[in-house]
Amino acid sequence: MPSLPDMTTPNVEALAADARAPRPDPAETVPELKPALFEGLCRLGDSTLVLGHRLSEWCGKGPALEEDIALANIALDLIGHTQMWLGLAAEVEEAGRSADDLAYLRDAMRFRNLLLVELPNGDMARTLMRQFLFDAWHHEMLERLTGSDSARVAEIAVKALKEVRYHLERSSDLVIRLGDGTAESHRRMAGALDMLWPYTGEMFAGDGTDAALAEAGIAPDPASLHEAWHGIVTEVLEEATLGVPEGRADVQKGGRQGRHTEHLGYLLAEMQFLQRAYPGAEW
Amino acid sequence: MYAQMVKSEASNDDPGMLAAFQARIDRGDKIEPKEWMPEGYRKTLIRQISQHAHSEIVGQLPEGNWITRAPTLQRKAILLAKVQDEAGHGLYLYSAAETLGISRDEMFEQLHSGRAKYSSIFNYPTLTWADMGAVGWLVDGAAIMNQVPLQRTSYGPYSRAMIRICKEESFHQRQGYHIMMKMARGTEAQREMAQDALDRFWYPALMMFGPSDKDSVHSQQSMAWKIKINTNDELRQRFVNETVPQAEFLGLTVPDPELRWNPDKEGYDFSQPDWDEFFEVLKGNGPCNRERLGARVRAWEDGAWFREGLTAYADKAAQRRAGAATAAE
Repeated sequence: MPSLPDMTTPNVEALAADARAPRPDPAETVPELKPALFEGLCRLGDSTLVLGHRLSEWCGKGPALEEDIALANIALDLIGHTQMWLGLAAEVEEAGRSADDLAYLRDAMRFRNLLLVELPNGDMARTLMRQFLFDAWHHEMLERLTGSDSARVAEIAVKALKEVRYHLERSSDLVIRLGDGTAESHRRMAGALDMLWPYTGEMFAGDGTDAALAEAGIAPDPASLHEAWHGIVTEVLEEATLGVPEGRADVQKGGRQGRHTEHLGYLLAEMQFLQRAYPGAEW
Repeated sequence: MYAQMVKSEASNDDPGMLAAFQARIDRGDKIEPKEWMPEGYRKTLIRQISQHAHSEIVGQLPEGNWITRAPTLQRKAILLAKVQDEAGHGLYLYSAAETLGISRDEMFEQLHSGRAKYSSIFNYPTLTWADMGAVGWLVDGAAIMNQVPLQRTSYGPYSRAMIRICKEESFHQRQGYHIMMKMARGTEAQREMAQDALDRFWYPALMMFGPSDKDSVHSQQSMAWKIKINTNDELRQRFVNETVPQAEFLGLTVPDPELRWNPDKEGYDFSQPDWDEFFEVLKGNGPCNRERLGARVRAWEDGAWFREGLTAYADKAAQRRAGAATAAE
């Protein structure tokens, strides 16, 4: 026999309806936040765009057919995330620009990606190590963004996280295998780690924009991601027999504020060529 | 993408076995990997399937040439999805060929040393964004024309690979045509690029069906074995018949002054491509042969440490497991 409802329980239906009611989205209701939010969304979208672009440079040139497929697949995911982040950025900005306008018609000083992702691919060791260091951060960032007070931000994070979980699984696995593979693969992976490590601190260095977004409950304070990131990175690098480098990680910074390496300008010159050469054309 | 100019191999097998095998083919049986097959059938299939696989892999390069310059995020995503499909097709096809007793590494070695061929079309350059349209529309269109009948081919794994591949190729052709539509109806500069792409790709696309094979003994053997379903000329005619109205719809001109509808044959009369050029491209003298093959060889050589690293790790992991099992006893 089914049990009767307990008369002392509060009205569950009303509670559930209340929980379902949309929370006011600070992205839409607090006008003062818009500049910071636009900036924050460009930081996410520019990093996925630039890394997706770098990975697409590998097309047809990977060390094994399975890698060609995986690299194209991950690049495709990242370009998909870019469409969502920059699409929302364009909406928030309300200046009549589209995601494509943001991607193709801003110059380097307006780009807000991490320096780490704009570095040239180098060999597959560097590409993979860069991917792993980024994935570990990206995964943690998206996980936290799924709890954002902005429903729009949380919704994108939920979609992207599903794919990034796989990115991190794959890059961790390959870092371990190649770190603990041959002497040559170990040497290359160690060299890549050493070269990239000084760029990793930027992922955790917050500024006023980050503080405003954290205050509003839209995005986590970047510094708060460090512990989880460091935990994953330490575990994987130790299993890979590479170990965590001792040098400073917070040496190379500025991408999120628009101060880039020399490499970004060339990347944009290539990426933006058609939009720049044929203004106003539709493709 | 597919194989062209595959010579079939003669068989020195027992005539009784050969006749019984032919009877199975004629009944419409699918031949499966573990079953008896004539040596010539096996060798011809290996050559054809691996040539097809190589074409998929090399075929990533002309499109990869434009992924980094794709004009919108959507176009970049579509092109990435397409080359990812092509690498995937390569993977199914290498796997299908492996069921015939050759390894992927051996097939790569044949490609890299120049002994194995890939489709001649990929030795032409992609010079403007309209070429991404032309490649999808014409090159994938020609490939589909060849591959649709091969879904009925007699070798089971090849036929099943073709069924999966054809589904994806029709999306490739549609996206190519869509690019052409945007270009042909775009600005004057875009229209010019679209016409130029058609001018450059028309005859190389016709070459994709291979030279006329109506008198070829090799083709007859392959057709009897249902490794080849139609003649090259039949497929080429079918391609022209379907493509000309599509070009007209775009408002573009097919670069053939002899092209006209022939009501008697219910098809177009058209000029043959320059077959001397075709044979030169096959010999390695096309515009991009060296770059294309060079890029694949470099990718393979530069990736040696990567593959060796993974193998070494797998060996160590197996030893560790064996060690743990011994310790547990």
